[in-house]
Amino acid sequence: MSNNEKIKRVSIVISKGSLEGIYPGLIMANGARMQGIEANVFFTFFGMDAITKKKMDNIKVATVGNPAMGIPTLIGALPGMSAFATSMMKKQMERLDIPPIPEFIEMIDDAGGKIYACLASVEMFKLKKDDFCEQVEKIITVGEFFDMSAGGQIIFT
Amino acid sequence: MEKVIVGYPVDVTAEGYLTNKNQWNKEIAVAIAKEVGIDELTEGHWKVIEFLQRDFAETEKLPTIRRVKNVGGIPTKDLYDLFPEGPLLKATKIAGLSKPVSCV
Repeated sequence: MSNNEKIKRVSIVISKGSLEGIYPGLIMANGARMQGIEANVFFTFFGMDAITKKKMDNIKVATVGNPAMGIPTLIGALPGMSAFATSMMKKQMERLDIPPIPEFIEMIDDAGGKIYACLASVEMFKLKKDDFCEQVEKIITVGEFFDMSAGGQIIFT
Repeated sequence: MEKVIVGYPVDVTAEGYLTNKNQWNKEIAVAIAKEVGIDELTEGHWKVIEFLQRDFAETEKLPTIRRVKNVGGIPTKDLYDLFPEGPLLKATKIAGLSKPVSCV
């Protein structure tokens, strides 16, 4: 390998609650662990849906306000469109062996990745530790997040 | 390129992955394991190695970590404990298979 210095730690922020907003961060966190890199994942704002028990099974693709989808916004807004696009994408991901979100969170945790929720968002959405899946290590402040990211790379998604 | 591992001449990539899996044997596996920092191959390690080889033979594709868990029945935690810091990278190398190219 030609790199001079290996990345030792990454801290990934997941801030969006759509399927396409959540997966890239999860794939990067899991990929980091696969490469022997320490990984912290910090969920904030609607990104917290990915670790909220009641919501993590039901994350959808945004079909409105998403020009890359290639469907007109008014069509994207029709009932069922988001569910349809989500099911298509999930099928494709299953084919590539990319797990559903709850299983992915479990895999990252099993791989030694650490999962955190953002205190400011937790307070804003009036959530409790119990509302999150068991893999969530702790609810932390942004200051704590920076402390644990020291010496590593921070990636915001 | 060619390399001699415990007396056996083998063809490897620049990163040390065997390019001809017919040249693989258990002594070579033990030697590669030492190179990647695993001093002893236990029963747990062999279970992973055998699954990788069997699954590759059946599907002609390297399994993902998820497949090792769901099909091979090896929990992800155990996989990371057995092959720390890059489990699939290390396990495939020891098993005489190619370097994994999947993102998951």
